[in-house]
Amino acid sequence: MIDLSQLRQDFPILHQQVGGEPLIYFDNAASSQKPRSVIDALVRYYERDNANVHRGLHELSNRATAQFEAARSRVARFIGAASEREIIFTRGTTESINLVAHAMAEKWGPEDAIVVSGMEHHSNLVPWQMAAQRSGASLWHVPVLDDSSLDLGVLKQHLSTGRVRLLSCVHVSNSLGSINPVPEICDMAREAGALSLIDGAQAVGHFPVDVAKLGCDFYAFSGHKMCAPTGIGVLWGRSRVLENLPPWQGGGEMIESVTLERSTYKEAPARFEAGTPDIAGVIGLGAAVDYLERIGLPAIEAHGTALTQRAVEGLVELPGLRLLGPPPGKPRAALASFTLQCAHTHDLVEFANTRGLALRGGHHCTQPLMKRFKAAGSSRASFYFYNTADEVDAMLRILREAINFFS
Amino acid sequence: MPLPDDLRDLYQQVILDHSRRPRHHGRIEAPCTHVHGDNPTCGDEIDLWLKLDANGNIEQLKFEGQGCAISQASASMMSVKMQGSSQSQARQLIADFRTVVTGEGNISDEDALGELALLEGVQKFPQRVKCATLAWRALEQALAEANGSQAAAPATPS
Repeated sequence: MIDLSQLRQDFPILHQQVGGEPLIYFDNAASSQKPRSVIDALVRYYERDNANVHRGLHELSNRATAQFEAARSRVARFIGAASEREIIFTRGTTESINLVAHAMAEKWGPEDAIVVSGMEHHSNLVPWQMAAQRSGASLWHVPVLDDSSLDLGVLKQHLSTGRVRLLSCVHVSNSLGSINPVPEICDMAREAGALSLIDGAQAVGHFPVDVAKLGCDFYAFSGHKMCAPTGIGVLWGRSRVLENLPPWQGGGEMIESVTLERSTYKEAPARFEAGTPDIAGVIGLGAAVDYLERIGLPAIEAHGTALTQRAVEGLVELPGLRLLGPPPGKPRAALASFTLQCAHTHDLVEFANTRGLALRGGHHCTQPLMKRFKAAGSSRASFYFYNTADEVDAMLRILREAINFFS
Repeated sequence: MPLPDDLRDLYQQVILDHSRRPRHHGRIEAPCTHVHGDNPTCGDEIDLWLKLDANGNIEQLKFEGQGCAISQASASMMSVKMQGSSQSQARQLIADFRTVVTGEGNISDEDALGELALLEGVQKFPQRVKCATLAWRALEQALAEANGSQAAAPATPS
């Protein structure tokens, strides 16, 4: 079990008041807070080791390169990659998905199809719309059922056409909290000869993720939702698949030799990392991985499940509250989205803010999904391992107060 | 625990009452001008129906929409004020209302605002200005379209 009192000391930002009340930070699905060890890693890098990586022969560059590549190895081990060469650093999940969409679209034509689910974040929808427009490929959808799961029957139909080249699907829905059956989905895609990409933005850092067990071909995630700085993310790609993927951005770092007419490219991951990378961000990500592993992913998952269960049990008791996402008893990630009959989400979030409670309100970058569930938007509480049961209880009290105010 | 003053100012009883029981809610049968407005980032939406009389005055104004209490109350309060207004009065009120919620500029006719002045509380919540002004921007657009499309409307209503 997690020793919360000790662990909360690791997060300087949590110890402040907002509106005269202790901060309750329940917007972790948007971005997590950073422990002292990650902040210190950034400071240490800039104070002692800052230099460009991979090119210098001097001491600082060697140190920076060693730390940068050590972080790559730690990330590889963290998600069960076969090799650190399968880890491509990006700006975040969005860029990871855009990389694949851009590089793959070059090979697609009007006879090909891409499949995404109806519960995707805009970052796993818009890049495919753009890729479809560019290549002429079709873009098909897997509908979301009433219980917030995916209609795998429709997925099967799509795949049976033999036209699907790639399936892209979210691991954990940021709006609903659904946890999709990734191994099953990836098996189906592979049997139909399609590649699979999993958006793991809400999964990595919340429970153990092992890409080998999931069976996908690409896995994308962001650092800032798992205690690392903003601006750094990862695309994991299966070696065999990366070998055949053309580069997407050209520049330094990604080339072997350059003439005025043409260039040859390095192998992955360098081929996909043009330009000076976010070195500090990568080092911060490595520190975040160390930190999370010290606590232990199973313990983090158990804590998140317990908090979420407590929240859900309290939420469904509130008058006029409609809980979105998997029905009680079904697997649910560490978040709860809901609507109130008496108040629009922005009114509620504004109210909560005056009580020191940070909630997220709106469509959560999933407009088609909100439409699907006939919600103009929803309020979302999302938890992480540094949140407490007392905070959940305080949220429920604040929501009751808000309902009284707006009714 | 008492609520902070600025929150009480934002959600005054009159405002909450308009958001719960919006006045002039619904549609107008054609011929009339219909415009749709939204705040894409927050999902507030409004549909506005505007009917001008033979003199180009606002004969009827109705709306439907969804969004926060501020956006819906503002639309309701605007609709109450605008019935029977001339277009020049309407434009004046639109400008004055913007001053009420942003605090920028000068109010030319305090009396004409009436209870719209209650939305002054929005000033402390800059992100909510677009909620408060959604219906008003839609009305501006509807007036422009009505003047453009209705040959019967006087070119210079004022």
